[in-house]
Amino acid sequence: MMEQPNIQAALFDYLLRLGDNSLILGQRLSEWCGHAPELEEDIALTNIALDLIGQATNFLNHAGTLDARGRSADELAYLRDAGDFRCAALVQQPNGDFAHTLLRQYFFDAFQHLLLPRLSAAQDPELAGIAAKSLKEVKYHLRHSKSWAHRLGMGTEESHRRMQQALETLWTYTGDLFELTEGDHLLMREGIVPDLTGLHDAWKEEVLPVLDACGLPLPEGAYFFEGTRKGYHTEHLGNILAEMQFLPRAYPDAQW
Amino acid sequence: MHNGKWMKPTQKISLADIWRWLEEVPDPEIPVIHVVEMGIIRDVSLEEEKVVVTLTPTYSGCPAMQVIETDIRTALANKGVAHLEIRTVLSPPWTTDWLTDGAKEKLRAYGIAPPPHSTDKRFLLTGEIREIACPRCGSTQTQKISEFGSTPCKALYRCKACLEPFDYFKCL
Repeated sequence: MMEQPNIQAALFDYLLRLGDNSLILGQRLSEWCGHAPELEEDIALTNIALDLIGQATNFLNHAGTLDARGRSADELAYLRDAGDFRCAALVQQPNGDFAHTLLRQYFFDAFQHLLLPRLSAAQDPELAGIAAKSLKEVKYHLRHSKSWAHRLGMGTEESHRRMQQALETLWTYTGDLFELTEGDHLLMREGIVPDLTGLHDAWKEEVLPVLDACGLPLPEGAYFFEGTRKGYHTEHLGNILAEMQFLPRAYPDAQW
Repeated sequence: MHNGKWMKPTQKISLADIWRWLEEVPDPEIPVIHVVEMGIIRDVSLEEEKVVVTLTPTYSGCPAMQVIETDIRTALANKGVAHLEIRTVLSPPWTTDWLTDGAKEKLRAYGIAPPPHSTDKRFLLTGEIREIACPRCGSTQTQKISEFGSTPCKALYRCKACLEPFDYFKCL
């Protein structure tokens, strides 16, 4: 009888992770609105932001049905503090220049492109449905970011230099995308979510050849930042939340 | 509502009525096609006195969905539907294959190149269709400008024959 609440809490936490990743990266990308280097990219980045925020709404709505406090997707997005967020370090990172944004996006798209097919086989039908829906969109995201990774990495001396700089900053934040908690292991043991061990290796098989083809060596002696699943975040999360949550906190229950 | 005397009681409404009325609800971003031929109405049912319309979104974050929901509520209320519930399902996920042939033709006439069938061999092989015909002059000498366009469901192309830019409703 004690198992049940643990599973529910574990699945709630797991869905927060998925929802928060999409929410924070969507918010980050939307900062490019009106600022991208060309009109087409302005439209592309904000379209991707829109898909991600849509995914976040679906994940957080589902999380809300398992929440002990019964919070809505909006309440989860706008009324939690940083320590209660579960997003990976990568999505919290500031946009930097265009190379930085696109490399961050490529790393995340490659991750989602491997994760979502697995999740679409989840025992939880709602989770499986959201994953299958999102995957169709992520295929377009990956094609976009991967082609930019190639273009910038193999482009001019300047674009190559900026990609190398982005890689040196971002690589350390890619490890915790794959962090698995005790709750995740419980969900995997119970067959509620598919086995996600091995995802990190599969991801490296996708991204390392691209970096290699672009002549972008990994930073030496890099370590992986960790702790986001426990609520230990990079300094950037608090700042982005302050901006994102300002309006709903200043005007509670305001309707669009 | 005080004017209930001329409102038809819901129980006399047939499913066929509702489907017909839904055909009068246009897509807010592409007004030449209606919500039924877009394939986003998954089900219509009657539960006692309540009409239940089940919708599926095209894209997870498509902002038109909220407008579509409001438009359906308004349209059915105007026909006298007093009790309406709109449900949203994600599974199975919407695909452009559910756009009817009639809808695809309307898209073309409106200046939007319609999507090919997702099981098209060229799509399966490369994930993209190389030959997109210009909706204005019909030339297949076209070029992709951007994977993303004016709405989540469209990409931006240009015709090298007539030099016009155009939207392409991308395959999903």
